[in-house]
Amino acid sequence: MSYQVNGTAIEADEDGYIVNLDEWSKDLAEEIAKAEGLPMTDDHWKVIDFLRNYYDEFQIAPAVRVLVKNAKKKLGPDIGNNKTLEAMFPDGAAKQGCKIAGLPKPTGCV
Amino acid sequence: MPEAKKFLYVNRKAPYGTIYALESLEVVLIGAAFEQDVSLAFLDDGVFQLTRDQNTDEIGVKNFSPTFRALGDYEVTKLFVEKESLEERGLAPSDLQEIMYEDEDDDWEEKPSIHIVSRSEMADIMADQDVVLSF
Repeated sequence: MSYQVNGTAIEADEDGYIVNLDEWSKDLAEEIAKAEGLPMTDDHWKVIDFLRNYYDEFQIAPAVRVLVKNAKKKLGPDIGNNKTLEAMFPDGAAKQGCKIAGLPKPTGCV
Repeated sequence: MPEAKKFLYVNRKAPYGTIYALESLEVVLIGAAFEQDVSLAFLDDGVFQLTRDQNTDEIGVKNFSPTFRALGDYEVTKLFVEKESLEERGLAPSDLQEIMYEDEDDDWEEKPSIHIVSRSEMADIMADQDVVLSF
């Protein structure tokens, strides 16, 4: 599959994760979120930024419990808890969050 | 709940050139979701996996060495490196990257995950495991 951003096709795998991580942009994130049926809020962007920073630092898309634990530390307990994150990303905070953030599927996610 | 089994992942190969090192790390990360008492051992050329300032630009593969620093987030906090293997390769402990974890039971104090052990200590560590997986 692919996403269309400003007239360019961005290639993605069959689950919707982009193939070339360098092709990510905020416009693309909006496009992926739209395809997922997810309206992006400021809090969503905070989680996306967090995920991208985590990947930058560790070269890994975090598992969901690692995301929750670290989001609590970095973004505070209002966002960094299971209930809120699952409500924000109904298809799984790590799985869906990483897709929108233009990262690989989290290691260990099936 | 039954007591967690002790798993040791033994890493003997250089980080690049074969897929063993990366596969081992991925198995560790996936396995970390289960209730296991996980340790990692680095010996022979495996000690090169933990060297600092790795740069893979010229060989066109991903530098996954930063991922070792995320292991603490996955509650994998015991990385044993064999002293003799380092010495035989002209490496010192200071050639290895710093890997820290926050100790939940000690007010989240930051502690080093890497422990340098002798060959005989490594043998004792191996003997003490329920499961040893070699990569």
